[in-house]
Amino acid sequence: MALNMPGRQAMPGKIELPENVVVSKLDELANWCRKNSLWPMPFATACCGIELMATGAAKHDLARFGAEVFRFSPRQCDLMIVAGRVVMKMLPVLQRIWQQMHEPKWCISMGACASTGGVFDTYAVVQGIDRFIPVDMYVPGCPPRPEQLIQAIIDLQDKIQREGTITGREFDTSQRQLRKRALVEADQLLVLDAARNPVAQRELSAAAHHST
Amino acid sequence: MPHDPPAVDDILAAVTDRFGPLETTAFRGQTSLVVPEPQSFDLLSHLKEQGFDLLVDVTCVDYLEYRGAKQRYGLVYLLASTTTNQRLTVRVFVDDPEPRVRSVVPLWRAADWLEREVWDLFGITFAGHPDLRRLVMPEEFTAHPLRKDYPLQGRGERHNFPVITRDHS
Repeated sequence: MALNMPGRQAMPGKIELPENVVVSKLDELANWCRKNSLWPMPFATACCGIELMATGAAKHDLARFGAEVFRFSPRQCDLMIVAGRVVMKMLPVLQRIWQQMHEPKWCISMGACASTGGVFDTYAVVQGIDRFIPVDMYVPGCPPRPEQLIQAIIDLQDKIQREGTITGREFDTSQRQLRKRALVEADQLLVLDAARNPVAQRELSAAAHHST
Repeated sequence: MPHDPPAVDDILAAVTDRFGPLETTAFRGQTSLVVPEPQSFDLLSHLKEQGFDLLVDVTCVDYLEYRGAKQRYGLVYLLASTTTNQRLTVRVFVDDPEPRVRSVVPLWRAADWLEREVWDLFGITFAGHPDLRRLVMPEEFTAHPLRKDYPLQGRGERHNFPVITRDHS
């Protein structure tokens, strides 16, 4: 190869590289590949799913960001997008699909319902999927516009580039393993529910009376 | 049409002849009649013979703490005739502690899932139902959530799942 290229002086003790060679860390190369070929798993259960479809369609064109290859098998995906409310009958399905996806994998909780339960504060609706599966990015909105979802994917790409490692060590940090604040609060949720609900209040006080 | 179909009044008169006087109401051409629980199957069977060959819906209302209600659960059977285009509502009231009514699956196969749904959400037992399982709630669910004394936020069922962290997945 042309080692004597103009503008590049051979320095003693250094390896000279031609112009078309870039030196980087293997982690960064892996991150660069991963972030630009996210394969989303569309877990669309409600109106957010319509926005998700619009995001992938021609007008908003998710392909511009390398994340357009939606696959309906978890084995082929590395980005789960939970779009819509998850009911308690659906949650075991969601968990199983999450576990079937290959590492490295990420999760976007799209919209108010997936993130918090939204307006559906009832017995059947899970109050935020992050209580039961890991979530990397939350998108606010009811439903979010496609631009917001694209922004979340761009932010997730930045996150992958910034902290990713080829062996997935970033998932092993103690911070990622901590119980989320919402989970810590979940222990208090029955009491919180009871505060708003006279029937549950009577039951709790009866149970307390019974145990003493 | 060669024969005029029997008017709803004639059907009601025939019902009264056979089952005694029943409470009926009519509102804007829609007729509803209330039948005591022990006679409900016979009456519905009779109505099917009279041409009400389509069971549109079986549903239930919980009248807990409702003003003037004598019994707690009001079952609603919506019947229709595909030949005469007539409709009729039959109501059956049952009460705690063991609300129970005879299943109409032998009359209309459509009642199968409808009665399962009512059992799931209201806890009404349908005697003689071939397969009385939950329809919409998960199998391990224990309550009947559309009862008025069931708390809207549930009794912790929605929080009762294993937590998957990055360690497990």
